[in-house]
Amino acid sequence: MKDKDKDKLNNELTGLLVDEKEDRSIRARLWYLWRLLWRDKAGLIGLLVFLTIIFCAISATILAPHDPLKQDLYASRQPPAWTEEGSSEHILGTDNLGRDIFSRIIYGSRVSIMVGFLGVSMAFTLGIMIGLIAGFKGGRTDNVIMTLTNMVLALPYLVFVVFIAAVLGRSLLNVVLIFGLTDIPIFVRVTRGEVLRLREEGYIEAAISIGQKTPAIIFKHIMPNLLGPLVTLATFEMSAMIFYEAGLGFLGLSVPPTVPSWGNMLAEGRQYLTVYPWMSIYPGLAIVITGFSMNLFGDWLRDALDPRLRRMKK
Amino acid sequence: MRYLLSKLVYSAVLLLGVLFLVFLLLHITGDPVSLMVSRHATPAEIEALREELGFNRPLLVQFGDFLTSAFQGDFGNSFRYRQPAMDLVLQRIPATIELASVALLMAIMMGVTIGILGGSNPNTFLDSLARGIGLLGQTIPTFWLGLILIIIFSLHLGWFPSFGRETFNFFGLALPNKSIILPAFALSLFTTGQLARFTRSAVMEVMNEDYVTTARSKGLKKKRIYSKYILKNSAIPLISIIGVQFSYLLSGSIYIETIFSWPGLGNLLAEAVSTRDFFLVQATAFFTSLVVIGLQFLTDLIYALVDPRIRYR
Repeated sequence: MKDKDKDKLNNELTGLLVDEKEDRSIRARLWYLWRLLWRDKAGLIGLLVFLTIIFCAISATILAPHDPLKQDLYASRQPPAWTEEGSSEHILGTDNLGRDIFSRIIYGSRVSIMVGFLGVSMAFTLGIMIGLIAGFKGGRTDNVIMTLTNMVLALPYLVFVVFIAAVLGRSLLNVVLIFGLTDIPIFVRVTRGEVLRLREEGYIEAAISIGQKTPAIIFKHIMPNLLGPLVTLATFEMSAMIFYEAGLGFLGLSVPPTVPSWGNMLAEGRQYLTVYPWMSIYPGLAIVITGFSMNLFGDWLRDALDPRLRRMKK
Repeated sequence: MRYLLSKLVYSAVLLLGVLFLVFLLLHITGDPVSLMVSRHATPAEIEALREELGFNRPLLVQFGDFLTSAFQGDFGNSFRYRQPAMDLVLQRIPATIELASVALLMAIMMGVTIGILGGSNPNTFLDSLARGIGLLGQTIPTFWLGLILIIIFSLHLGWFPSFGRETFNFFGLALPNKSIILPAFALSLFTTGQLARFTRSAVMEVMNEDYVTTARSKGLKKKRIYSKYILKNSAIPLISIIGVQFSYLLSGSIYIETIFSWPGLGNLLAEAVSTRDFFLVQATAFFTSLVVIGLQFLTDLIYALVDPRIRYR
């Protein structure tokens, strides 16, 4: 990098930092975050793609060109539109029963987003509560909670998720519950770690010493500082959950087979892999794009919400 | 010594916890027998099976019984194979260890190399490559990658078989031939990405240490600085990562072995789940946990050997 560019970048960086010091209103902070996002194009693209996927999930009924469940045996096994035998009627082709793959992928985003969102919300809420208890109570409570947490985290996650899913049976609620409950330990661990770190900070000690009650300290001082790392974690965990849901679907353990989901589509596509490969290529691509965008956004978020990293970042 | 002893006790407690969990999971819905019978079973048949498997006794008695037989390595008989579940698991373990080891080796070779190259040349093309591969490894699902590899390398190019484990004779040992390459590669990508990411940041961190600057100012050759200072010190944290990754590979094999019909533990688990062979599921889950916990202990042990600060704590 040339010196000139370096100077320019430095000026920009100090500019950003000074802004932060001067104005601490929420609007100014959001504006500041937005400018950081604009500077990091990878994070911006990640966010935009992810928002698009959420939009697809919400308005699937309008966006999907076909009914995802309608079978049309006359139009079955059509390859994608750009191949010789493909038709523009079905952009990504049709499956063995003549269902439109593109429409099924759009509808499939509903399952993924729903499992990811509900599962993370559940783990997030319960994890924060348990983590706060562990961090604040300390002593034996902390010991018991953390031993249990570390135990669960030490197990081969996938094997146990498969086990639980097999026992409970296929339904959306079960999948959300499985991921929502098994993901709690990660949130507990991060929350507790942050609480222990924050308790050493001067302003918390000051708050304690002037006799503020614990709930007030939690909501006024701890929570705002917890939000950054936990929101970042939630982004990564949601992307991981979407992965695991698809994986369960692939093994035939997620939502019922009649529901179009990316994992179910892959499981069906696998049986016809040698003859109709497009049945498995495109649902998988949807998973990759979702994961990729969430990770790009998450990486940005981690750096943006952590001021210590911000200064180091080139 | 005290450090190792406490780790050993912890591992033992963890195993006991696993046994409890495995037992609990099967009873989570209240009646494990309803999980095991087919949909057309008559009430009398269900009752007979319940009697035969001892599920009509109090839960605590059942757990005690389960524990005693578990310590003898007895996890009940598989319904489908009519054989002790643990024997089946033990038969399948070599194929999985083999697959996971080859995958780990591939991941170390690719990931660490890419990570070192990226970390020692920050903000260059190599660095972007390392970050890109780290991201890809995290975002491409193993089960999809397996399918894509089959489409490209088996169907179109015909380089590798699309499923199965084929062997050749190597001084009396049946070693797998090229049929292991596709599944091992598909399995390794996630770990490759993780290792690339991790090595990159470890190298970058060590490069900024004072002793590296000192070595440089003394005029040591670049090669010597790398071999003596940078790589050696970046390697210590890698040990723990590799231990964790091997556990990932073991559980990740459930997808890959299903796709490639690899006759290992993952394949057995997927099969057992789909045929509702729950004693087999139980045995598999316990054995995988045993291996994972054992690996963790081993990692701690190696760590203590390498890093004297831990040994004397």
